[in-house]
Amino acid sequence: MWEYSEKVKDYFFNPKNSGVLEDADGVGDVGAISCGDALRLMIKVEPVSQVITEAKFQTFGCGSAIASSSALTELIIGKTIEQAMQISNQDIADFLGGLPPEKMHCSVMGYEALQAAVANYRGEEWVDDHEEGALICKCFGVDEGMIERTIRANTLTAVEEITNFTKAGGSCATCAEGIEAVLERVNAEMVEEGILSAHEAFVPGAVPVLAKPKKVVVKAPESKAPLTTLQKIRLIEETIEEIRPSLQRDGGDCELIDVEGNRVIVKLTGACVGCHLSGATIEGVQARLVEAVGVPLLVIPAAPVH
Amino acid sequence: MANDPVYLDNNATTRCDPRVVEAMMPYFSEQFGNASSMHAFGSEVGGALAKARKQLQDLLGAEFDHEIVYTSGGTEADNMAILSALETQKGRDEVITSAVEHPAVLSLVAHLEKTGQAKVHIIPVDAKGRLDMEAYRKALGPRTAIVSIMWANNETGTIFPVAKLAEMAHEAGALFHTDAVQAVGKIPMNLKSTEIDMLSLSGHKLHGPKGVGALYVRKGVRLRPLVRGGHQERGRRAGTENAPGIIGLGRAAQLAGEYMAEEQTRVAALRDRLEEGLLGAISHSFATGDVENRLPNTANVAFEYIEGEAILLLMNREGIAASSGSACTSGSLEPSHVLRAMNVPYTAAHGAIRFSFSRENTQADVDRVLEVMPQIIARLRDMSPFWREREKEGAFNPTYA
Ligand SMILES: Cc1ncc(COP(=O)(O)O)c(C=O)c1O
Ligand code: FES
Repeated sequence: MWEYSEKVKDYFFNPKNSGVLEDADGVGDVGAISCGDALRLMIKVEPVSQVITEAKFQTFGCGSAIASSSALTELIIGKTIEQAMQISNQDIADFLGGLPPEKMHCSVMGYEALQAAVANYRGEEWVDDHEEGALICKCFGVDEGMIERTIRANTLTAVEEITNFTKAGGSCATCAEGIEAVLERVNAEMVEEGILSAHEAFVPGAVPVLAKPKKVVVKAPESKAPLTTLQKIRLIEETIEEIRPSLQRDGGDCELIDVEGNRVIVKLTGACVGCHLSGATIEGVQARLVEAVGVPLLVIPAAPVH
Repeated sequence: MANDPVYLDNNATTRCDPRVVEAMMPYFSEQFGNASSMHAFGSEVGGALAKARKQLQDLLGAEFDHEIVYTSGGTEADNMAILSALETQKGRDEVITSAVEHPAVLSLVAHLEKTGQAKVHIIPVDAKGRLDMEAYRKALGPRTAIVSIMWANNETGTIFPVAKLAEMAHEAGALFHTDAVQAVGKIPMNLKSTEIDMLSLSGHKLHGPKGVGALYVRKGVRLRPLVRGGHQERGRRAGTENAPGIIGLGRAAQLAGEYMAEEQTRVAALRDRLEEGLLGAISHSFATGDVENRLPNTANVAFEYIEGEAILLLMNREGIAASSGSACTSGSLEPSHVLRAMNVPYTAAHGAIRFSFSRENTQADVDRVLEVMPQIIARLRDMSPFWREREKEGAFNPTYA
């Protein structure tokens, strides 16, 4: 069940201005029965002041389509045509206290019905920009044509960029594969046309190449004097002290016996001795020591003392 | 007085029977052992699992109890069957399925096709949802690895002749799998007398728990596990057994067997009464699917010129639960792929409502739906531009598709 706001529910259960306006001055029909939603908006306009005095709707569609249609009529009644044309689909959604992302297209349909009704009132033909190719992102009503135009206009090469520009893919993301397919095709065409270099083009499944930082400040490497033997032994000691508590928790222990060059001799006691995991323990100790001291070291267990 | 809620969405899921819950309860905190363990905690569970397996075997009419492999549900069983066959059937890389399968099959085969792992034949259906037998016969061939065709459709209840389809598959040397998630527990079956090789089922569709199901694999059919790991289920499905779930599924299967006759009679009569009542009271409505040959519990009625979600919202306000298309696809806005495959016109496909009964429904439920539906439909039609203009050819012809 969709999470509709109280206001959406109210406008669905008790829609205002539903019905037919017999002698409408402008009629806008948008949507299609195959898409599951369609809306007819009818308006009456006072000729001198250009104020919309009446508006009614008829809608075939889901709960939020009906609520959005009704909200639209409420928003435009009393406004001049000029003012009404400023209304965006977001205004319709906001009026309703928001719509689930998957239902934003209902507010878009309201917006388009208004454009169509005003065009009809002015005696113009309203052409929508919605008919190029398949609908890719249902959540935001974005079709293939719109994605392609946006990719070309902005030289996009990543799915996230398309989402940022068009919202497509920003909700349920079931359209991600569809967006990828369009991106791959359009980028390939752009490479062919010489307006995109091949290494920038989107390749599905490729490991994302991290953008190189624009300016790299080159710093002289910190000159580190090699450790003295004493420093090295101290560091080894300290590191082993850090490791011990975790070994002790498992009933074992590890003691430093000696350091000969790069060979570190330790005594493993308790549960570690003879345990088939002591190899792993030694490896673990060795890894920690190498990391801390920064030079290759070999950890060798002293023969257990009985 | 507020009306009792009416639940008519049993093809989406059923209420877990309290007797099933009771059977499961001891296996959470008391008999919690791992069936694979050596000690007494585990052995008690092993016995209960064996009994549950037998109960499910009886419901299916399977010859051996080890023909059952427990899974996490119908979806996993469907995936296991198809993916396994593509591995075991050497030299065969084609899959045949129908246009009206559940997404558990259709999404998988679409992915296999897209990634070049299989060639897929999708067999169409006619306006009543019946399989195109000629197209099926033609699709079968020496490269067919497996046929996966559902026993009964989840949206319309239409039953396919799976026993016959299995024989035809075998003649072509192909394995036959059926998604019987909607059929098991609703219609009697006797798998040992059929040539069906594999069958998927799901606990929550027969008053059992959610998240447990099974794949029946006829003895002798080779199976490649989908989930690898431990040796559970004879190495065919790894992972510690969902003991409470399996035991619950066993009890649910036993109860389904006991209620089988009632499902065919009382439940079917409720469904028929609802359907006749709706079609009689509401114009421009019709039943979809093969009404002569369908599950006893399902009715799918299309109300023209209005949209399903709006109908469901108004029904929900009256406390009535049903669904529009499949519950699994309700996140999408496309009309049901099942109704589209049957060429149900868009004017009706968007307004199709599925009423699915169970043994828990009563006459009062039917009365309540018949009482409120006519007003709900009338109200939405009054708002619909298509309804008013339906007689005038092309009168409402909006821009933008
Ligand atoms: C025909 C069919 N197959 C498979 C499934 C999926 O079963 P499950 O929910 O157990 O994964 C369903 C349930 O919606 C179904 O109706
Ligand atoms: S379809 Fe949901 S985000 Fe695009």
